[in-house]
Amino acid sequence: MSSLSKRHKIELIAVGLIALFFIVIFPLLNAQGVVSNFTINLWGKYLCYALLAISVDLLWGYTGLLSLGQALFFSLGGYMMGMYLMRMIGDLGQYKTPIPDFLVFLGWTELPKFWVPFASFPFAAAMVMVVPGLLALVFGFLAFRSRIKGVYFSILTQALTYGASLMFFRNDMLMGGNNGFTDFKFILGYDLRDAVTQRGLFIATAVTLLVVYAVLRLLSYTKFGLVQRAIRDGENRVLFSGYATAHFKLFIFLVAALIAAVAGALYVPQVGIINPSEMTPDKSLEAVVWCAVGGRATLVGPIIGAISVNALKSWASRAAPDYWLVILGGLFVVVVLLLPGGIVSIPDRIKALWQRLTKKSAAPAADSKPSV
Amino acid sequence: MNNKYMLTVEDVSKTYDGFKAITDLNFYLFEGELRTVIGPNGAGKSTFFDLITGRAKPDTGKIEFGMDTDLTTMNEYEINRLGIGRKFQTPSVFTEHTVYNNIVLSLVGSRGVFASIFKRLSSTERDRIDELLKLVRLDGKRDWKAGMLAHGEKQWLEIGMLLAQDPKVLLVDEPAAGMTDEETHRTGELLISLAGKHSIIVIEHDMTFVKQIARDGMVTVLHQGSVLCEGKFDAVQSNPKVREVYLGRGKSGGK
Repeated sequence: MSSLSKRHKIELIAVGLIALFFIVIFPLLNAQGVVSNFTINLWGKYLCYALLAISVDLLWGYTGLLSLGQALFFSLGGYMMGMYLMRMIGDLGQYKTPIPDFLVFLGWTELPKFWVPFASFPFAAAMVMVVPGLLALVFGFLAFRSRIKGVYFSILTQALTYGASLMFFRNDMLMGGNNGFTDFKFILGYDLRDAVTQRGLFIATAVTLLVVYAVLRLLSYTKFGLVQRAIRDGENRVLFSGYATAHFKLFIFLVAALIAAVAGALYVPQVGIINPSEMTPDKSLEAVVWCAVGGRATLVGPIIGAISVNALKSWASRAAPDYWLVILGGLFVVVVLLLPGGIVSIPDRIKALWQRLTKKSAAPAADSKPSV
Repeated sequence: MNNKYMLTVEDVSKTYDGFKAITDLNFYLFEGELRTVIGPNGAGKSTFFDLITGRAKPDTGKIEFGMDTDLTTMNEYEINRLGIGRKFQTPSVFTEHTVYNNIVLSLVGSRGVFASIFKRLSSTERDRIDELLKLVRLDGKRDWKAGMLAHGEKQWLEIGMLLAQDPKVLLVDEPAAGMTDEETHRTGELLISLAGKHSIIVIEHDMTFVKQIARDGMVTVLHQGSVLCEGKFDAVQSNPKVREVYLGRGKSGGK
């Protein structure tokens, strides 16, 4: 409801330049062979995680809803895309049959009914949104109507995620059991092992992230954004001001679920596998850590957090594989205790420190005045 | 003042885990009236407001807005939309928002999710916000974060937020708490100026303040969840029963 502050103008210019780099220059460098296929694939994965982190920020940072269910929506989106990719394998699987290998292994000779329409990309793409969206609507409706808040909401979303992962681990769910889906071959007729296909997926991910960022940034300027942050800071006052806070929270929960689902759908063809271990509560918690490390309620923070923590993870899993969880936990503790604003607050911290150092001689005089 | 009831509370009881917070309460508020409610701690004053605003549901009895709208089946935001605004005992403002945006959020108008996404302030609305900010003397601090305001200023901001909703009934819980004498007096003047246009119930402990705003209006004394007595300030003050519950509580506590 206010005009753009200088800070936000700087942010918009920076985001625009970085987006230009990722959407145009980075893929061009890859085409020229300067950036390796491995690197662009790795960054594609990071950007999917950034989308997941931004969905956590929308809930936790902006609305005060610490949801541990975002990994579930991410995986559901991934699974829906995975079903399409499994159908696209055709008869190129191990058993050379037109149905996916794991179904042959389970004794199926023809495709289960609900698998049939997933040969269509538009159908699968719709399901990427519809399945997680419906789950978010039903769960959110019940949770917010019963006024489940704070830590109880976190526990409930965690239980939902855990329950779903147990279901997906079962073979009779017909979703690949604990192996999930893998060995993908084609997407929309393009070979997934081709560098061009992977480059296209990377660009699609970067564009999606830019669009999601832009829409959420616009939303934060509206009265809706004001209500959202007001719910975080004092839900009672919002309720007693005539707002049905449950409706707002349900809408936000739905939008966040859809963002996570799209992130998952982009993630699976780039990583080449989806299984129930992506669906566990600790995956949700990891996304919460990315958000906290980057700086919550900033939109840019979660993106920076997701990329930097995962880059650290890539390094640590080679350099010190046994200590990764210790490092992650330590990082969270350090951020919470020493840098509550996250990485994005570092420039302000430095500025404040600089001002204190340069004005050291003037400061004591100014301090003594009000105590008179 | 006319004889139209704005609020009707009849035979209302409310129990929390066996504790009778409100017992057979009868209370009527006239249109345009400024009513003061006093009573010792635990008399049920805040529960009384909780029941009217939908935060708590009565076990028995009826609570009506105007002459015929049943409030007991409605929730907080529905009751607020009817035109019943509440100011909490501890100032409850949106600390991370600017003073200006606190009023924006409270301004009368659509409260829907999608309406809020496409909402743009009209010039009339901006004028109204300016007017309210002047009224609560926060015009110069409109860009401050509400969390940075002094306690008394937060109380004033919350009153401003309440007025922005343009409610028919104002429920004001201890508005003078934490204010200096001068601020208290100004708050009293503000409330008096609002009476007539709005119907107001003020809960208060500070007797100087009660005397200031009650003038020749009615004062209701609550004790142990029901009305002990009702009348003009002087009559209430000299009532022996009131004196006993306020002054002699230690002696009669055992009965």
